[in-house]
Amino acid sequence: MSTAITLNQSDIPAEVSAKRPSQWRQKTGQKLQQILWALVLPLLVLGLWQITSAHEWVSPQILPPPSLVWQTLTELWQSGDLTSNLQISVERVAYGFGVGTVVGLLLGALMGLSKTVEAYLFPTFKALSQIPALGWIPLLIMVVGIGESMKILVIAKAALVPVTVNTLQGIRNIPPQFAEVAKVYRFNTRQLLAKVVIPAALPSLFTGIRYGLTHAWLALVTVELLASSEGIGFLMVWGRQLFQLDLVLATVVIIGAVGLLIDQSLQWLETHFLKWRRVAF
Amino acid sequence: MSAFKTRLQALGQRDFRGLVLPLGLILAWYLISKFNLANSAILASPYEVWKEGYGQISSGAFALDLVHSVSRNLGGFVVGGTAGLILGSLLGVSRWADRLISPSFNTIKSIAIFAWIPLISVWFGMGEPAKIIFIAIAAFYPTTINTYEGIRSVHRDHVEVARVFEFSRWQLFRKVILPSASPQIITGIQLALIYSWLATIGAEYFLKSGHGIANSMIDGREHFNMGSVLFGVVVVGVVGAIVNQLAFKLEKHLLGWRNRTA
Repeated sequence: MSTAITLNQSDIPAEVSAKRPSQWRQKTGQKLQQILWALVLPLLVLGLWQITSAHEWVSPQILPPPSLVWQTLTELWQSGDLTSNLQISVERVAYGFGVGTVVGLLLGALMGLSKTVEAYLFPTFKALSQIPALGWIPLLIMVVGIGESMKILVIAKAALVPVTVNTLQGIRNIPPQFAEVAKVYRFNTRQLLAKVVIPAALPSLFTGIRYGLTHAWLALVTVELLASSEGIGFLMVWGRQLFQLDLVLATVVIIGAVGLLIDQSLQWLETHFLKWRRVAF
Repeated sequence: MSAFKTRLQALGQRDFRGLVLPLGLILAWYLISKFNLANSAILASPYEVWKEGYGQISSGAFALDLVHSVSRNLGGFVVGGTAGLILGSLLGVSRWADRLISPSFNTIKSIAIFAWIPLISVWFGMGEPAKIIFIAIAAFYPTTINTYEGIRSVHRDHVEVARVFEFSRWQLFRKVILPSASPQIITGIQLALIYSWLATIGAEYFLKSGHGIANSMIDGREHFNMGSVLFGVVVVGVVGAIVNQLAFKLEKHLLGWRNRTA
């Protein structure tokens, strides 16, 4: 039936498949090269920063030297302030993101699969999602107070929107030809879901979850900057109030590190789950 | 006469199902406040919100806030979006740029944008430049990422076909890369519009100076004026919706050539 050329293992010339060990060496060499290239720019910036503060071109009040930031960072770690505040922040994100993702996936799938549900819900969802999580904060503070539930609600809302939008778009953007093929094969609903909708929507779904977690973390930082007495965002506000920019920069580094960890682990998951996609570059 | 008739017919054909939920919610809100089912200090009645809104509009305070918020939003969006398109294309097309810049970009990007606020406030003050810089950062990330990913996800086979036809670099970009990357680039621009509006609100919360929609919301909360806060929430939503509607129209206009499922 199909005219596609299939390549069997035996079709590959022997000299290609025999190159395993040197291939491995080549791969690690490439990796090393990649890391070296990646380090060029940060080292340049760091060097410039160090030179700037060594010559005091900028007042250390405004730009503390990198060494001081590093010292503050180690002190935060040794005193335990870092772990205790970070733990509180991570717990908040976990709760908010969990709630937001579950609701978002359900909402997105419902609207994507049923035109009727979409017609009723989507305009309202769209209107409400226009109001950034931040816009709700003054209102939420007045209604539920400044406590933990306000923070979790804001974080959940931040995660909900991208998850819903991407789930919906992923299902909607499935090419019509796929659905036609499914119709030709007379797929039932379950087959249609398992063999067409979910695989085709998966990349978009993943993007949604990735954005959801990123947004949740972003919302956490915002909420803690605005209203909290503990957590990583609070440390930053504290530093700003005391005009200790080394503390502010140290928390920036920590916030970046956690964000990077979140992003990298999700990217890793994405590449492992979506290996079957063929891309050009 | 006939124009009126066709307009009426067009009205009849429109989908009103989306109005059911909001109207129901407003009715529930009205009933709750009318029969005092909730603390009235916390839940202002629709009438109070209307009165507050009318007061702000007729005094001209609203127009002032709106103009300030929208212009700083657009300023930041244009600056950040343009920078994002340029960087995203560069990273997508050039392997060297990708190797050199992408790791740093991804690292910096991981820093939640609001974490820049304390630093921005020290370095650039509380005024307009600080706010625009912050909004531009917010618009910059999604356009860069989506432009990059759009170009990266161009199908290998398509590029091979272009090689077979010996397309020039410009032809490759114009006829292969741009058409297949454009949906994602436009997604990036849409996200940038949403983000920049979020950042506008944030900038007005944190860098409290001058006029703005969010400034008046904060004032409302400080004076425990629920009507003012709710009116602010509505305005933030309406402006966001208009911005998004424009983005949606743009997408439809630019991507009309694709056959879509829904």
